[in-house]
Amino acid sequence: MATVKVSEAEKVYILHGIRDDLRVDGRGCEDYRHVEIETDVVSNTDGSAKVTLGYTAVLVGIKADIGKPKPMVPNEGYLEFFVDCSANATPEFEGRGGEELGTELSNTLYKVFNNKHSVDLKSLCISAGEHCWVLYVDVLLLQCDGNLYDAISIAIKAALFNTKIPRVHISADEEGGKEIELSDDPYDCMRLDVENVPCIVTLCKVGHRHVVDVTLQEKACSVASLIISVTHKGTITCTRKVGGGSLDPESIFEMTEAGKRVGKALHAPLMALLQQEESLGKKRQKVGFLG
Amino acid sequence: MAGLELLSDQGYRLDGRKATELRKVQARMGVFAQADGSAYLEQGNTKALAVVYGPHEMRGSRSRTLHDRAVINCQYSMATFSTAERKRRPHGDRKSTEMSLHLKQTFEAAVMTQLYPRSQIDIYVKILQSDGGNYSVCVNAATLAVIDAGIPMRDYVCACTVGFVDETPLADLCYAEESGGVSSLALALLPRGGQIALLQMDARLHQDHLETLIEAAMTACKGVSKVLDQVVRQHLEEVSMLTGE
Repeated sequence: MATVKVSEAEKVYILHGIRDDLRVDGRGCEDYRHVEIETDVVSNTDGSAKVTLGYTAVLVGIKADIGKPKPMVPNEGYLEFFVDCSANATPEFEGRGGEELGTELSNTLYKVFNNKHSVDLKSLCISAGEHCWVLYVDVLLLQCDGNLYDAISIAIKAALFNTKIPRVHISADEEGGKEIELSDDPYDCMRLDVENVPCIVTLCKVGHRHVVDVTLQEKACSVASLIISVTHKGTITCTRKVGGGSLDPESIFEMTEAGKRVGKALHAPLMALLQQEESLGKKRQKVGFLG
Repeated sequence: MAGLELLSDQGYRLDGRKATELRKVQARMGVFAQADGSAYLEQGNTKALAVVYGPHEMRGSRSRTLHDRAVINCQYSMATFSTAERKRRPHGDRKSTEMSLHLKQTFEAAVMTQLYPRSQIDIYVKILQSDGGNYSVCVNAATLAVIDAGIPMRDYVCACTVGFVDETPLADLCYAEESGGVSSLALALLPRGGQIALLQMDARLHQDHLETLIEAAMTACKGVSKVLDQVVRQHLEEVSMLTGE
């Protein structure tokens, strides 16, 4: 469900708990819920990942396609984002109901990921001004239980890590025309460098404290939230206040500091997990949705 | 016939199956906690997720309310990355709308809607990976989801796509066969009574062959129903073990 109704008494209970750094499910203010990550789940994509964070479930598929570079940056490829808020997540999203949220999410994803500091866009260039790789990053929301931004960003990082782009060979013919040949060998592929890909941390101000990874119930008690995208070094690449309500500058500063701390700590275990999964190679048993 | 040989002289198909052989069916019920019922089903490389909400009060326009039975509301959509060529929109195009309608008709025939007057049952199906037989995989997944939601049905609804090549009916077509110019037929069956919930054929076929083709489709559907029954029984066993009953 995209929103829940919480009674006044429940709100007081949640607020008092958070004041004492003890949340309804027993977590502290800066703790994440249980996260499950699996890569390479959809075989007809170039890279995919499935992430569940509590009850929130997202599936990301990346397809690489050859396109024309943007005239302003002829030697770079680019990413395209699309967020599908499917009716599977909640009946409210049926028909065009999910479009508004989908656009909001994908616009933020463009700001966070589609720049040369996050992804090495130059490596996506095939021939300057003529051809480049376009990565279509499609996010599918399967279940919503709060904290969509964080779950999506983890899934995107995992899927980018998993993405295998076929190598291309450019040969010129006699008239000076170029011909692009894709490698036939499925193992002859290029991997992306995901070291600088940021993760998004959403902080909600509940009472006087800042809470990470809120559930829908907690979100209903919060005034406003701030999303911060942080790289593994702790560099902040994007911040944005989302939702109604207002924040004072001082708490924004505090939230940024907390977000930096949490985000920095998030990267190391994520990368370790992805590398471990990768090292298993073909021995890894694919679970997908059957597990 | 198109360039590919769909059925070899030895009687094997492109993916090595015999003419009447189904693809491997794997399924799981209760994938999501928030929905009233959910199921995931893989049939070969076609993968579908089905979610059921309801029966609940009518949402949106109340004019659609039926005073003697429940309204079944279906939405079929495909993940943008599900096909080889990327899709622009997950749903809302003509093909998905038609598919939603077919699903609705199928489940109206199977669900005991008269038990829930003035209410609505939502069935949402999403194709995560498409490799032929999308309609039938959706029906099979949705059946499991409806069972998971605890909504009474007359029987399992099982669906299968069959094709006709070289005077031989082929069960459970994959994408290569479907696009290879085979006249295909989709059939949804309530196996116990042998009732057909949906029958659809878009290509040319000689009338004399129709009976054999329907016969083959019904046999295939009965095969699917056995697998689904097994999945349901296993799921119930696991659940009852966990709840200690």
